[in-house]
Amino acid sequence: MITAGKKDTVQNRIPEKFSLLAGKGEKALVTFITAGDPDLETTGKLVLTLEKAGADIIELGVPYSDPLADGPIIEQASQRALRSGTTLKKIFRTVTELRRETQIPIILMTYYNPLLRYGLDKVAEDAAIAGVDGFIVPDLPMEESDEFKSLLKPQGICMIPLVAPTSGPRRIKMIAGNAEGFVYCVSLTGVTGVREGVPDNLKEFMGMVREATDTPLAVGFGISNPEQVKVISQYCDAVIVGSALVKTIGEKGSSPELQNEVFRMTESLKGPLKGSGLDKAAFGR
Amino acid sequence: MCVLPDKRGHFGVFGGKFVPETLMPALAELEEAYEEAKNDTAFLDELYYYLREYVGRPSPLYLADRLTKYCGGAKIYLKREDLNHTGAHKINNTIGQVLLARRMGKKRVIAETGAGQHGVATATAAAMFGLECIVFMGEEDIRRQELNVFRMKLLGARVEPVSSGSRTLKDAMNEAIRDWVTNVRTTFYVLGSVGGPHPYPMIVRDFQKIIGEETRNQIVEKEGRLPDYILACVGGGSNAMGIFYPFLQEQKVKLIGVEAAGRGLDTPYHAATLTGGSKGVLHGAFTYILQDDDGQILEAHSVSAGLDYPGVGPEHSFLMESGRVEYTSVTDSEALEAFQVLCRTEGIIPALESSHALAYALKMVPQTDPEEIVVLNLSGRGDKDVQTVTGLLEVDR
Repeated sequence: MITAGKKDTVQNRIPEKFSLLAGKGEKALVTFITAGDPDLETTGKLVLTLEKAGADIIELGVPYSDPLADGPIIEQASQRALRSGTTLKKIFRTVTELRRETQIPIILMTYYNPLLRYGLDKVAEDAAIAGVDGFIVPDLPMEESDEFKSLLKPQGICMIPLVAPTSGPRRIKMIAGNAEGFVYCVSLTGVTGVREGVPDNLKEFMGMVREATDTPLAVGFGISNPEQVKVISQYCDAVIVGSALVKTIGEKGSSPELQNEVFRMTESLKGPLKGSGLDKAAFGR
Repeated sequence: MCVLPDKRGHFGVFGGKFVPETLMPALAELEEAYEEAKNDTAFLDELYYYLREYVGRPSPLYLADRLTKYCGGAKIYLKREDLNHTGAHKINNTIGQVLLARRMGKKRVIAETGAGQHGVATATAAAMFGLECIVFMGEEDIRRQELNVFRMKLLGARVEPVSSGSRTLKDAMNEAIRDWVTNVRTTFYVLGSVGGPHPYPMIVRDFQKIIGEETRNQIVEKEGRLPDYILACVGGGSNAMGIFYPFLQEQKVKLIGVEAAGRGLDTPYHAATLTGGSKGVLHGAFTYILQDDDGQILEAHSVSAGLDYPGVGPEHSFLMESGRVEYTSVTDSEALEAFQVLCRTEGIIPALESSHALAYALKMVPQTDPEEIVVLNLSGRGDKDVQTVTGLLEVDR
């Protein structure tokens, strides 16, 4: 069926997932991989592996030649994906195929120019047909996002906004106050990448965002191991891991160990998020 | 005519702020600081003091008599930005931005550079005001512009080689933006052209418009009237914006921007963004860019490192679509030819960037009337390019 991924209603899979997890007392693990690294067939398999291992939401990176919000790990993955001939159109096809096997929420993380070139209205249409649930566009701040947002809305697709530690209370209120799906909280001032420890002031920052919205909060950037996940999950509803997985994909390439290694990593990252959802004490402390 | 950019940083549909959220407050802070500074006479007095005593402004408007005879048409005047301290127009902007950095209490400045002229100009201003300076430069440009790399190091700057992508200006700019995202609280990004997110296209234009303001006074003094044509090369477009801006309202003055056609617009090896590109977003602005069918940014190609960039300042995109400025392009070999013509007719070694404007003059001026006047912005001197040119030309030694 051509419209395999099309949702019957405009009901989005992201809020469904968060309420399901809340019921189980769990928090969400959001995993990022670059689509087409090393090729789209492997990406399809990886999505199913991630889900089996405990990932709750999938973020697929659309490769871009000039990813200025990303560190070297994701930049290199982008280059590999572009070399394998990955395009937005082919990624929609991969999502369409995945929708025959999984209903896990899928979000595309993409820079703005590939969307502009494809045509914003056509992006919204094709994304809905494929079964995409959301978009994260790191170089499209609130001030410039009205047009794309208004095209996604009738298709039932969320525009996931980002807030940063530099945003300050006024911007946080405006951005988070209008959020759909979840709020992507950038944990630190910097680009994506693997880092040690937990950023200072994360608690204060997250407190500020929490005050602005009831939409679930996800924290990303620099998170790579279960210890960090455990600490950070006190302050949010979801944890986003990207570069650590992408690094492994880069190292293992198309070797047969890849799927097992990604499974093992994902399972250990999800560990601290199970059964922690009802712990409301964290914010009181 | 309304004042551009508008409050949100748009020139018509072009411009804007397409950057990560982390930088949005920093851009607002910069805009606020700039608005305050430009209305503060103490700031302006200090800026003009340094432009006069340190940069050597005003730069001469020189009647190129032998070049005029060589072309056999309109009188050609050269606006001698090559005579500025550090050898190009770039210093006008870096003095302004570094003064702004100091006013904002930032102790660390970063910059991207292509030909190295903006890097040298930033390193110079940073040295004079005692600020830490890091310059991002593509490895390919480091190879092409060895002399400028050495100059930056002498001036106390750290030159950070960039090995991603095409290893030229666009990649250096990506890396500078990444550094700024990471160190935004302590760092001032000294952007070198009229591109990037608002308010940079406006700030850089304002710091460069002194070129056009001086030209206007000088030509009226010498000729008693405004010129018929003004020519300037366009990469990112700061020297062109600087000389064009004070003439935008003077409809009788024809403004012509000359892009780098590299090996030809019919090949993939050019840097002619306006005349051979399409609309998109690059480095924070909606403007004309070089891109493929999937919106991936293409590598630009030009013999001139300073024009080797797949984007252009958004105000140029606006001026092209509004029809106020005409944009054209010349090839590498035409620029190299013009480079030699100026050396031999006037005893001036021009930058390869400026040689593009000269090359168009060589084509255009013979068609003009001797009563007419052409002003050409000689944006920089060519010492930095001698190595490149030697490799490309058979010069009698």
